[in-house]
Amino acid sequence: MIEGILIGIKTALSFQNLLMVMIGCFAGTIIGMLPGLGPMTAIALMIPITYGFDPATGLILMAGVYYGAVFGGSTSSILINAPGVPGTVATSFDGYPMAQQGKAGKALAIAAYSSFAGGTIAAIFLLIAAPSLSKVSLSFRSPDYFGLMILGLTAVAAFSSKGNFLKAMMMCVFGLMLASVGQDTLSDIPRFTFNTMNLSDGISFVLVVMATFAMSEALTIILKGNDPAKAAKQISLTELGSIKLDKNETKKMVKTIPRSSILGFIVGVLPGAGATIASFLAYGMERNFVDEEEKQKFGKGSVQGLSAPETANNAACSGAFVPLLTLGIPGSGTTAVMLGALLGFGIQPGPRLYETNPEIFWSVIMSMYIGMVVLLILNLPLIPYIARILAVPRTFLIPMILFFSVTGIYLMSFNNFDIFLMIGIAVVATILRLYDFPMPPLILAFVLGGLMEENLRRSLLISDGSWSFLWNRPLTVVIMLVIILIILWQIYSGFIKKKV
Amino acid sequence: MKINSVKIISLLFFILSAFYLYTAYQIQVFSFDEDAPFNAKTFPIYLGYTGMFFAGLKIVLPDRKPIKVDPTNLEFKKTILLVITIIIYGATILKVGFFLSTSLFLVFSYYFLGERRWKYIIIFSFPFVGIFMYLLHGVLQVYLRDPLLKYIGIMG
Repeated sequence: MIEGILIGIKTALSFQNLLMVMIGCFAGTIIGMLPGLGPMTAIALMIPITYGFDPATGLILMAGVYYGAVFGGSTSSILINAPGVPGTVATSFDGYPMAQQGKAGKALAIAAYSSFAGGTIAAIFLLIAAPSLSKVSLSFRSPDYFGLMILGLTAVAAFSSKGNFLKAMMMCVFGLMLASVGQDTLSDIPRFTFNTMNLSDGISFVLVVMATFAMSEALTIILKGNDPAKAAKQISLTELGSIKLDKNETKKMVKTIPRSSILGFIVGVLPGAGATIASFLAYGMERNFVDEEEKQKFGKGSVQGLSAPETANNAACSGAFVPLLTLGIPGSGTTAVMLGALLGFGIQPGPRLYETNPEIFWSVIMSMYIGMVVLLILNLPLIPYIARILAVPRTFLIPMILFFSVTGIYLMSFNNFDIFLMIGIAVVATILRLYDFPMPPLILAFVLGGLMEENLRRSLLISDGSWSFLWNRPLTVVIMLVIILIILWQIYSGFIKKKV
Repeated sequence: MKINSVKIISLLFFILSAFYLYTAYQIQVFSFDEDAPFNAKTFPIYLGYTGMFFAGLKIVLPDRKPIKVDPTNLEFKKTILLVITIIIYGATILKVGFFLSTSLFLVFSYYFLGERRWKYIIIFSFPFVGIFMYLLHGVLQVYLRDPLLKYIGIMG
């Protein structure tokens, strides 16, 4: 392990990779601040740029963008009560009132220190947990993997789609359908290609992610007449005040950070839960831990009310890497995009990654820590200036996003058909977004589609066509029971509870 | 049952799943694979049924939170114009080349979205694309196909 850590430090601290973390954090902060454009879009837009890099550098850049986007989301939450990403909604509960009291700088500092501490503690957990989990996951068999993938999809549909479970499940099926286009991996039989050569290799992951996120988000902004730059203008006009914290505030944070980090990390590891749920849970938990006097301050600018969700959402971001790096199964839309990018580099994450590509495994973990330091040192003092850069009018911003999307596909295939297919999927995704059909389940399903079919194929062939593989092993039974519980909970909360 | 846009989308998804299922049944597998527990059409067949199941439930079950989208608040004209511009961009990028088609796409998109400051329109189109191409092709060594620039002799 020590050897691996040293390899990771060496790779992460190379000049090129350090530069990538900085660029990633900076670009992520900019995009994360814009309401409507989240981390998935930020990462998707980075994909064409990573074509020229080695896998470790590419992944380090994307990881930097991820943290940067979450940090950027917190900034717009605190300063103008407009969370750039769902994971920072809880931050606005106490961050915005604090900013209104003239303590915007202080609120940003609390958010930055909490994020840093949460991310650091979670990175240490990841450092300890990932290798051990990798070893445990080597004992997983095809039925367990198949079950885990269904669990991931069900959990993402249940927890990250704001009560639209059926819509999210439809999107999962749609994603799996798109993934099934092209030649069958084992028999090479063409499926759903409609006799066109353009579809025989299947639909590219980059195409789907660009269409459903970058391009459709840009089209949605135009269709709804939103102007993300307005928020940035407001941010650049906000007076920040002092960013120094007093002893009492630091003391309060010291108590909050460890418990919120642990909670955030555990929630992040769970498939589908992610930063949003972690931040809300941490906010609720913190409210129960504090004394009556502090409880009254919640919602009016409480230090602990701001520190808890910020710590938890960053810890959850690190936690989300655990299933990706150890099992090769992403637990969220964002890590699904990263898995797709890794597959594009020809790397299959999973328990063997630890042994086959230690430089990638460890450098990503190390770069997380470096990313946190970069966010703290560079981004905090630069917030007003970043906001000024952001005040680019949407007349320039939207064409730039569209340009990056088309370029990403053009560079990949030099084929008109792919560009037209991307436009078609983007238009459909824009209509679906308008009616609250969530996109992350579609991406997750698209990425998992091939792996799911492969594991189902192996399971069914081993059990000679019998579905008994679902209850033959205790681990598979436990996974299936969790899936059933999630579905039952959705039925109860969606229909029975409402009627009562 | 109240018909709304979400139900119509669900119905369309139901039809798509049914078509997908029909196409899945048409997949030609090898004769020795016909009766195997798993072949090339097994997974798509399950998917087709699952899609029909979820879409069917969405159609039949009552909507808890019906979504109201007011079409008068949507900017259809600009969006359609932008989509057409991207289609033209996609159609010309290979023949005209990356530099010219991208620069023109940016110029038209800025204009359609309401930008009238020509100084900025020009700066953020031709020179911007040129710098982008230099970074990608010249610095990062990512291959960029541009027949026009190749013909002129700017690109190797």
